[in-house]
Amino acid sequence: MRFAVLEFPGSNCDHDCVYTLGTVLKQRVSLVWHEKTELPAGTDCVVVPGGFSYGDYLRCGAVARFSPIMQAVFSHARRGGLVWGICNGFQILTESHLVPGVLLRNKGLRFLCQDVHLRVEPSDTPFTGSVLPGVVLKLPIAHGEGNYFCESDTLKRLQDKRQIVFRYCAPDGALGEAFNPNGSLAHIAGVINAQGNVLGMMPHPERAAEAVLGGTDGRILFESALEALATP
Amino acid sequence: MYLAKIYVTLKPSVLDPQGVAVGAALRHMGYKEVAGLRQGKYLELRLEDKGLSVEKAKARVEQMCAKLLANTQIERYEFSLTKERRSPRP
Repeated sequence: MRFAVLEFPGSNCDHDCVYTLGTVLKQRVSLVWHEKTELPAGTDCVVVPGGFSYGDYLRCGAVARFSPIMQAVFSHARRGGLVWGICNGFQILTESHLVPGVLLRNKGLRFLCQDVHLRVEPSDTPFTGSVLPGVVLKLPIAHGEGNYFCESDTLKRLQDKRQIVFRYCAPDGALGEAFNPNGSLAHIAGVINAQGNVLGMMPHPERAAEAVLGGTDGRILFESALEALATP
Repeated sequence: MYLAKIYVTLKPSVLDPQGVAVGAALRHMGYKEVAGLRQGKYLELRLEDKGLSVEKAKARVEQMCAKLLANTQIERYEFSLTKERRSPRP
């Protein structure tokens, strides 16, 4: 499968994604500079990585959303191609209106760098096909603006259409404010678009794809995407 | 030259943890009358006025606000537009 990892000025998880996809999962992967206007031919999945694109100026992701490569990403998404935004990538996707909602400053105002538990919600997505709903994953977060927010009618739509993919939870899967690190509405850590091909998530699966890095739960998501891409 | 003074503020329904923290700091400093604080952004935008009417300039600033300067899901914006005289001599 062919992956394209975008690279903006200030991206800092781009090479982690390339390493996980290329070295750990043995997939074809290219870094694509944001000034390019086309994705590599045959791209199956675009990864919008974490970091601080444009120094988080104005609002996180707001400036990157207007980078030339994003037009190609919009076309790819319209054609049903997979797009996966992680951390700052999620912020860029919300600013692009590819996924609903926005990411506000963490409720406690602090930058959070820690492991969290995530409950996989009942949602039919190519990124979670190998995981049963209710399964709890442990993944790292590293963000200052991960406090998910949307209007109440949007939240209702997300719930009704099963677009909430991950929620912050206790190690046993229970929900509670004590396990919601950043104040996210409805404990939301990841959402998918209505079409079901664009995922945004704050936690970093690419940082948890090898045991030596402290966990392999992130790998399950990459393997799910590979499986989805292999089954037309 | 036109000068647009743009104010971007969070909608009342959106939590502003920074504003809450700054307001709390003022109260800790002894300003007990502080009942609330909301933090926003102020931007000064200058536009070339050659061939640009006031109406057109306002419409352009409006677009810039809606497309980039504010995220209308969580923020509101307002602006004033004035024609600037030549910058004063130093």
